[in-house]
Order: sequence, then structure tokens, then C-alpha cells
Amino acid sequence: MRIETKRLGATPISRRKWLAAAAGLVLGLSAFGPARAADDTIKVGILHSLSGTMAISETTLKDVMLMLIDEQNKKGGVLGKKLEAVVVDPASNWPLFAEKARELITKDKVSVVFGCWTSVSRKSVLPVFKELNSILFYPVQYEGEESERNVFYTGAAPNQQAIPAVDYLMKEEKVKRWVLEGTDYVYPRTTNKILEAYLKSKGVAPEDIMVNYTPFGFSDWQTEVSKIKTFGSAGKKTAVVSTINGDANVPFYKELGNQGIKATDIPVVAFSVGEEELAGIDTKPLVGHLAAWNYFESIKTPENEKFIKDWHAFTKNPKRTTNDPMEAHYIGFNMWVKAVEKAKSFDPDKVIEALPGIKQANLTGGTSEMLPNHHITKPVFIGEIQADGQFNVVSPDDPKKAKLVPGDAWSDYLPGSKDLEADWVKLKCGNYNTVTKKCGGQGT
Amino acid sequence: MSLIHLSRLLFAAMAIAWVAAATPPAFAGPYEDAVAQFAEGSFADSEEAVGKLVASGNPRAADIITALQDGRLYKDEDTKLVFIQAADGKISNAATGEAVAALPDNASKVRLNNKLRRTVEAAMAGLTLLSPDLDKRVQAAQQVFKSHDETMLPTVEAALKAEKNAAAKQAFAEARAAILLFKSDAADPAKLDAIAVMKARGDQDALALLTAMPTEQSAAVTNAVAGAKASIERSLAIWSLVQNGWYGLSLGSVLLLAAIGLAITFGVMGVINMAHGEMVMLGAYTTFVVQEAIRTHYPALFDYSLLIAVPLAFLVAGAIGVLIERSVIRFLYGRPLETLLATWGISLLLQQAVRTIFGANNREVGNPSWMSGAFDIGQITITYNRLWILCFTLAVFALLLAMLRYTSLGLEMRAVTQNRRMAASMGIATSRVDALTFGLGSGIAGIAGVALSQIDNVSPNLGQSYIIDSFMVVVFGGVGNLWGTLVGAFSLGIANKFLEPFAGAVLGKIAILVLIILFIQKRPRGLFALKGRAVEA
Repeated sequence: MRIETKRLGATPISRRKWLAAAAGLVLGLSAFGPARAADDTIKVGILHSLSGTMAISETTLKDVMLMLIDEQNKKGGVLGKKLEAVVVDPASNWPLFAEKARELITKDKVSVVFGCWTSVSRKSVLPVFKELNSILFYPVQYEGEESERNVFYTGAAPNQQAIPAVDYLMKEEKVKRWVLEGTDYVYPRTTNKILEAYLKSKGVAPEDIMVNYTPFGFSDWQTEVSKIKTFGSAGKKTAVVSTINGDANVPFYKELGNQGIKATDIPVVAFSVGEEELAGIDTKPLVGHLAAWNYFESIKTPENEKFIKDWHAFTKNPKRTTNDPMEAHYIGFNMWVKAVEKAKSFDPDKVIEALPGIKQANLTGGTSEMLPNHHITKPVFIGEIQADGQFNVVSPDDPKKAKLVPGDAWSDYLPGSKDLEADWVKLKCGNYNTVTKKCGGQGT
Repeated sequence: MSLIHLSRLLFAAMAIAWVAAATPPAFAGPYEDAVAQFAEGSFADSEEAVGKLVASGNPRAADIITALQDGRLYKDEDTKLVFIQAADGKISNAATGEAVAALPDNASKVRLNNKLRRTVEAAMAGLTLLSPDLDKRVQAAQQVFKSHDETMLPTVEAALKAEKNAAAKQAFAEARAAILLFKSDAADPAKLDAIAVMKARGDQDALALLTAMPTEQSAAVTNAVAGAKASIERSLAIWSLVQNGWYGLSLGSVLLLAAIGLAITFGVMGVINMAHGEMVMLGAYTTFVVQEAIRTHYPALFDYSLLIAVPLAFLVAGAIGVLIERSVIRFLYGRPLETLLATWGISLLLQQAVRTIFGANNREVGNPSWMSGAFDIGQITITYNRLWILCFTLAVFALLLAMLRYTSLGLEMRAVTQNRRMAASMGIATSRVDALTFGLGSGIAGIAGVALSQIDNVSPNLGQSYIIDSFMVVVFGGVGNLWGTLVGAFSLGIANKFLEPFAGAVLGKIAILVLIILFIQKRPRGLFALKGRAVEA
């Protein structure tokens, strides 16, 4: 039945689309002049910090992009054109991100940019991508409360990471008392706000929630850890939900180990600790602590094994780990390639239009889809830290059969954002207010 | 009829034969069933299997559960066989104990999660309460204290009666008390005794049990619980002050360690050395390289790695310090702004160099066994690494003071920094002394890096997180005065740690900065200002 109707309506629509595409192509070519037409390479911008504080996390993403572009070129490029990577270094300096993004789009004339890690760097480049109408793929789990026409979010929104993790602790570990421990900046603050509202909606009393923030790069965790210990000895099962970012994690886990807090007593579930971060610590005292991600290196699928093998070959280092944001770039890049092929054009407007609905197999056995709100569907895994620095998936029981969760741009648990909806296909709006029926509602 | 009957029989026989072929020779005892259940693969199955194993009373149960706990238990989901890998790598069939040549190819580890781990720990406690090994008995008693599982009561009481060792007796008594608190049908006098035991124990765990006790109790018990809780809370409040004091000392020692080198290059020589933090980082990376070398070549020496790293870190950082002084800083004496910019540039250069050589990722620097873990004094936990860092800091400080006071190089250093021209006229090669002083300050920063690698990340950014704090300590303590640095570091550390529980880490740090700014307004030269003519030099 479905096929029938599709074929019935297919001819006129596809012809119209083809015409539009051709017209767009001609327009696009004339707009950019002969310089671009003659050029048989297409430039792809990579905007990741290669120096400064964030280099630890972002350098890997630059490398994985280079690998993906290299592989695509070996397959013959995209639309018959070779891809060329343009790497810039915004040096963990947020205003510099905006400058470098402008440089990539106007000077290098890249067709798409893959980049950013911290939310503040993403916020800093947003106006540039809007003004110059280009495309950004953002690969990191973030606090949500955003949906922009020019940005595609391939990392997890809070409902794809934080909330399932809390659900797991409630169900499997019967946790009744919660410590929300985070680094003091926008991602932990928003995530904790969502989690606090969510926990209260599940009947957790306010005195059973402790929220705590520490500065970036915090290293003296003695007081904080003993506070957690005290909070945890009120006779109710306690867990720590950690949104501690970057370098501060290593001393935090070391202090936990030293003060003898075991995962069987007070488990810690982290949203920013991946294989990469564990590489710097002796993980034996941490066995059993948890992390929630949409990808783990230890998940055994043929796709993942091939990806890891390629990665080791590309970096010429058999010890390099893979992690969640790398998979996000893998999905995002392949989605972009498919969208370009579908639109038969590199023109940002056409690619933006083509992207929603594009499907791409992820590395853990499922198929992710780009949604109209520019977020993707992802499986959620809870992993336990193992003695070898890898994660052992404890939920779901069979990682390959994990259910895919659609990313929600606007959290349902915050008063300002629960009425908002993002839909760039039908509503053409990133913050449509379902109560006032107007585009342009305010998030928190 | 008979034909049908026959075919049924035949079918049954075939089924039996098929089952026999597919499953290992099953003796169908509860023990064998329990072992085979590990092969099912789900956490729930494993948990059930542990329970059945314990109930079976088979002497091999303890071995299997220990193997599960240590991640040495393997399963083959196809043949439903379960294997134990002994600590020396030998494989045996878990059900029979027979040795097996090698694990099958598709064997995988029996997985654990926290819930299962707790079950396993409780089961192990039950199995080892009567163990001949004292440590195991005490551990088991502590485990029962935590789980306060009613079914353990007879075993705990039997163990308590048989126990000769005082410490173990205490542990069993506490475990028994914990069980009685939660036992709904325990008599009031028994509960009151149990509450008294908890009160005597007086720690957070005891408080947690008293808080978690079921609320429907007789008035006498409720009163006793309230009294015991109040008494424990009072004593814990006092202990928490002591603990804050210790945390303060420990933070102070870290600040001091990071700042001593700067107290020489900035405090004594007057060079605004923004590359100071990178010297600390170089020390930490030296430790990493030393540990790598030891791991690959002489793994037995691992516990001595830090002792080997200390002199090497001093030499590496010191040599680079001398190089920086000779090539850049000596042209910039007396021009603080240019020095600031130049050393800032050097710090970026060094960071990027390290990033290029070692990569941007954190490097793992292990804790030697004597620096891992913690011990308790009263109700506070003191971690060994912090304690050793405190001792080490004080030792470095004492050595440095002695060097400045009693060696001829120290004398020359003091002479040059106090009055350069007079020192020169006395025949001291001032530029050589400058280079050596800068090298000494850098070298000490390198030593600090060895110690800090034990508590912080070893990454190219390591130094940046210490540079602000170091300047703060030196300026607060009084520029040019080593004792000032000592007092400054410890008072900042202690103030910080007493503020943190109330104000939180973020506000606490802000409060400290504000206090220092106000203090500097009042006393621009810091806590211990140098007086006399030396100030003008």
C-alpha cells in the first residue's frame, strides 16, 4: 500500500525537486563564481582546540575527522569531488572560536564545519553560523535548551543521557538520596536544574538532594568527598551524579579511592568521563562506578570493531581509545555525506533541508536518525568502570538491542522550556511555543 | 496404541540422549545447578546462583565466589560450562575442580554489577565469618555490620563466642548489634545494648544505622536512639573541626610546595616568573618518564620511582631554568613588564612543546604502594599521599633554608639579591649567581612537580592551575621572605578549608581572594615584610 501511494505521487514531486535542485545548483554556481566551479575539491572545516585546556579532549576529534575525510576520499569523495580538511586551532579561547569560524566560512569557503566541545564555545560561534548561513555539526553531549537552524547536534541531549542514568540508579540500585556534583558552568548547572526538577517529580524530598559546584580544574577534593561521605550516611542509599568536567575528574576519583568510598556503597555516575579521561588514572579503586554514554568502545559489533581498527591504523597507535563524541562525529559526518548526495548539492540551505530524516547506522548496532529538531536518535548505555580502564555495559542487558531515544531539544522538566518545541521541517522554528502558538518562546 | 506408546518412549529416550549430549555430565545436585546458572549470562541469574551456591554448603563455593569477585570466573554460554582462572593463570572446571588445558575460544567473563557485587560480598562474609584467617574474619564481620542481614545472626553469635582476638571480638559484637537494631522481634534490652554498642563506636556508619532504624519502637528504645544519635553527632562535629584543620594543613602543604620555587625566583630575585608553573609540570613529566622506564625495565623498583624521580626532576627543571635565565631573563633584569611578557611566552612555548612530545592527554603516574590508601585517627581519615606530601614539603623547606644559610652558594645568593653592586665589588660573579639562583628556584619547582603528580593530573596544563595560587602565597606571605611563604601557605590553606564547608568551593575561593586583596591594601608588603635597606636594593 505504502509503496503504491508513494509511486503514485512520486513523479511530479521528484521532478519538481529535481528542477529546484538544478536551479539551486545553477544559482549556487553563479553566486560563487567560476573559482568554485573549477575547483574539484570541497572544503570541510574542523574547529577543535589543539592547544589550551580543552586540547586534551578536542585533539582526538580533529584526528577522527581527518580519518573520516580520508576514508571518504578513498571511496571517491562526495558527488565526485574530493574533500579537503581545513584545520584551525581556536586554542580553547571562546571568542577565538567565533573568529576562526568566520575565517573558515568566509576565507576558506568551507561547506560545513565540524567542531566545538564546550557549550560556551558553541554559543560563541552561533551568531557567526547564522549570519553567514553555514552548517555546524556539534558532537558533544550538552545541556539542551537550544535548537538552531544552522546547527546539528549529534551528541546527547539531557533526556538521552542524564535522565536514563538517574532512572537506572533508581531502579537497579534503589537510590533514595542524591548528590549532584558539578563543575561551575552552564552545562552542569542546566543539567542539574533539569535533574533536580525530575527527581522532585519522582517524589524525592528536597533534603535528599545536595547540589554542589566546584571551580574548573579543581584539585583539592578532600572536603567535598568527605561531605559526600557524610551526606551518604543518613541511612538511605546514596549516589553521586557527576557533571564534573575535564581535568578535575582525575583528582576527584583519586580522592574517592583514597577515602575508601566504594561503588557498592556510594556509586558515582558520570556524564563527562569517558575512555579518554580514564587513561590518566589507575582505575582499580574505581571499579563499579558508572558512566552514561551513547557509545562505549567495549561494545562488540562488527561496525565498532572496524572503526577501532581503522582508528588504530590511522593514528598508528594501537593503544588509542575511542569515545562517545568520536562516534557522534562519525554519525554526523556520514549523515552530512548522505544529505549532500540526497540534495545533490553542497549548498547549505539545501543540505540543511535534506538532513532531517537521514538515517545512519551507529557503531553499536542501531540506526540513528536526524530529527526535525536537529538532534538525533541514540541508544543509551550505562557502563561500569573496569580495572583495565574500559567500560562494561550493565544496562541494557544486551547492548545491541538497545532502544533508540530521540533527542529532546527542550526539556520537559523545566518550567520555561516544557511548552517549547523545535521543528525545522514543518514549523521552521527552533523554539515554537505550543501554548501561545508562536515561534520565539523563551527557554531558561 | 502400543505403537504410539513406543514412539513416545523412543522420543523420550532421544530427548534424554540429546540433553545428555548438549549439557555437561550433570550430576543434577543443587551445587552443580548453581554453578551452571552462572553460564546464563544475566545479572539476575548470577545473583540467584550465588545464593544457591552458599546454600549448597559445598566447600568449593568460596573459591567460585572469590573468583567471581576478582573477575576470574569465565563462562561458555554454548556448553554451559563455567571455569575458574586461578591467580597463576591455571584454568579449572568450576563445577568439578578438574584442571582444563585452556579456556574455550568463546568463553567470556561472568559480569558483575554493583547489586551483584553487594550480594557477593555478603555471601563471602557468611562463608568467611568462621575463617581461621583473622583478617578475613574481621572483614566478614564488617561486611555483616554493613548488610545487617538477620540470617547471619546465629553464625555471628557463634563466632563471637569462639573468638579470642580482642579486635575481632569487637567487630563481631558490632555486627551483632547492627543485626539486632533491625531485627523486628528482638527484645528491648537487647536493642538497648545494641544502641549502646553503636554509641560507643560513634562513627558515621553507626549514625547511619541508627538513623535508618525502623521507627516503630518502644519509648525506651526511641529515647535511647535519640540520645545515642545526639552524642555521636556532637563528637562528630568536634572531629569535623579537627578534620578541617588537617585538610587545611594538607592544602597548605600543596600551596607551599608549589610556591617555594617561586619564593626564590620572584620573592628573592624579583623576577615575575610566569613560567614557574611549567617548571612544576616538567617535574611531573619527569616522574612520568621515570615511571615508564621503570615499568618496562625494572618493574620491581616501582615503589622507589618517586625517590629516583626527585633528583632527576630537580636537574631537568633546574637546567631548563638556567637556560631560560641565560638566554632571556638576564637581558631583562629591572624591566618587570618585559619579564612578565617574556616568561609568559616561555610558558606557552613549554606547554606546547610538552603537548607535542607527550600528547595532549593526561599521563598516568601511579601511586607507589606506600602512598596509596588511608588510615583512621579517631573519626578522621588521613590519606597517605597527603601525609607524605606534607612531610616532603617540610623537608624541602628545611633543606632550602639550610642551604641558603649554611652554604657558600646560599651566602652569595643572599649577598647578590640584597646588594648586587657591593656583592660584585667583593668578587662574587653576580651573573653566575643569578643563573644558579634561578636554576635553584626552577629545580625546586620541578621537585614540587614530582609530589603534585601524585594528587593531580599530569597534563600540559598542570602548571597553569598552580601559578595564580603560588603568586598569591608569595605576595601574601611577604616578598623575599621564605618564612612568610610558609606561614602564608598554611594560613591560606587552613582558612580555605574552614570556609569551604559553609560557603562551598566556588564561594570559598572567592572569599579568600577578597580577603587577600583587602589584606594587601592594608599591608602592601605582605605578612612578613622585609625591613631595612634590603628593601630598596
